[in-house]
Amino acid sequence: MEYVNPEGLRLDGRRFNEMRQIVAEVGVVSKADGSAVFEMGNTKVIAAVYGPREIQNKSLQKKNDHALVLCEYSMAQFSTGDRRRQKFDRRSTELSLVIRQTMEACILTELLPHSQIDIFLQVLQADGGTRSACINAATLALADAGIPMRDLAVSCSAGYLNSTPLLDLNYVEDSAGGADVTVGILPKLDKVTLLQMDAKLPMETFETVFALASEGCKAIAERIREVLQENTKQLEYRRAA
Amino acid sequence: MMMRKLKLELPLNQTQKVRFERAMERLKLLTSETNNSVIVADSIHEDALLLKGHGTSEVDGELLANVCGVIVHVDKLVYVRTLRAKYKPEVRDIVVGRVIEVFQSCWRVELNSNQDGVLKLSSMNMPDTVQRRKTSADELNMRDIFVEDDVVCAEVGCIHRDGGLELQASSHKYGKLEKGELLKVDPYLVNKSYHHFHYIESLGIDLILGRNGYIWVGEHVQVQDPLIVETRKEQSHTPLETRQNILRIGNAIRVLSNLGFTMTKEVIMETSNLSNKENIDLHDMLGSEFHVLVAENEAGRRR
Repeated sequence: MEYVNPEGLRLDGRRFNEMRQIVAEVGVVSKADGSAVFEMGNTKVIAAVYGPREIQNKSLQKKNDHALVLCEYSMAQFSTGDRRRQKFDRRSTELSLVIRQTMEACILTELLPHSQIDIFLQVLQADGGTRSACINAATLALADAGIPMRDLAVSCSAGYLNSTPLLDLNYVEDSAGGADVTVGILPKLDKVTLLQMDAKLPMETFETVFALASEGCKAIAERIREVLQENTKQLEYRRAA
Repeated sequence: MMMRKLKLELPLNQTQKVRFERAMERLKLLTSETNNSVIVADSIHEDALLLKGHGTSEVDGELLANVCGVIVHVDKLVYVRTLRAKYKPEVRDIVVGRVIEVFQSCWRVELNSNQDGVLKLSSMNMPDTVQRRKTSADELNMRDIFVEDDVVCAEVGCIHRDGGLELQASSHKYGKLEKGELLKVDPYLVNKSYHHFHYIESLGIDLILGRNGYIWVGEHVQVQDPLIVETRKEQSHTPLETRQNILRIGNAIRVLSNLGFTMTKEVIMETSNLSNKENIDLHDMLGSEFHVLVAENEAGRRR
């Protein structure tokens, strides 16, 4: 199948280095301490953060003087075309772990001893790149909850199809069988916190794909910063007496 | 019940939308010159040698913010004051909380903080006012004082190094709160002040602005000699008018919380008076019109 036509356009009309439209909003769950909705094209994720709060289950606590970060990823039954049966399958367990590790790397857990932070993520619509969308949503929600972080962790995926590196794969491109590289970075500190690839790529190709994904991450970080800046400004000018 | 959405989730008609936006615009203009808000990983540009405080960290010689908030300078200290976050306890803060567990010789109190507060039996004033060592009989009778789900008012006694906080209630103004309602707002909306206990005489109600964002509105109770309380223990009912007053103040607080305005006794009273003046029913106070009115009122007040 042709994923990139001779004019250089992809199936949904994007160019190779173009991302889908991003819509982000903070404070969507009124009961949660922090929450956000993050949309990338047709992928839509809602995140809710509770905490830092008293540890509910002491047995999960490993390091006494660090905060415990827990993450739960799930896909809504209606998120894909065909009905999903299990709520917690192996895929979501793996994703929960990946997201938890990424977020744990950017939260300053040593500042919050004896407490736990719960991150709940639900995919409302799945169209490829749910992993990245979840990380971005979680970052927004954590920042909204006022949890101290090293940097905003952002993530973006890139792939390689028809000898072209492609940014931000959608579901059709994702299931084409090519390599799918998900990159998570801390843009300010210039560090990589997540790198996953589910196929093989030659070294040189990998580097171009990785560079493309990092560029995507930086663009997303810009967008996330704008949303947070706007939110903080609003809160401040409303409060100021 | 805690609200934090910036956009009002209420159906506004065209006029209300324009009025609301104009009020918000005016609030924005009033503070625009002093708005020094930062978000996570923003660098704080400072030339002078500074002491870095909460919410900041130094990475490669650059001072970065760790939380979203506002930069505050105190002499040489620079720190970031968070807006939406959990309550950060300070010693001698007055807080309102809910008892969630009764232990051997202490109660665990939920305070909207990183950890639950601990109220020890020994730092509690007994109903009989006698200062004495607490015996095991007192421990057995702990449930006579507070049980689970009671709302209590106390003072932050000390904060341990690991963040655990101990409460104390060694005065008659602290203790169990009854006959009223507990409202939860964001802690940044309640500023520290000399007075957190307010008695609104005209309405006959008590208002306690807990620093942790928990606000108590209840029927006024006379702080008096506890021996007298002991003698007349009959159940008295709150009159209807007082209940309506409690609800009116409660709804005023809800509206202010929805709009993200700072809570002080004055602002709350003004909001409640505004609803009286505009003849707005109790159940209409949470509607769109009153939200817009309060926003306009606030814009006018700050000028």
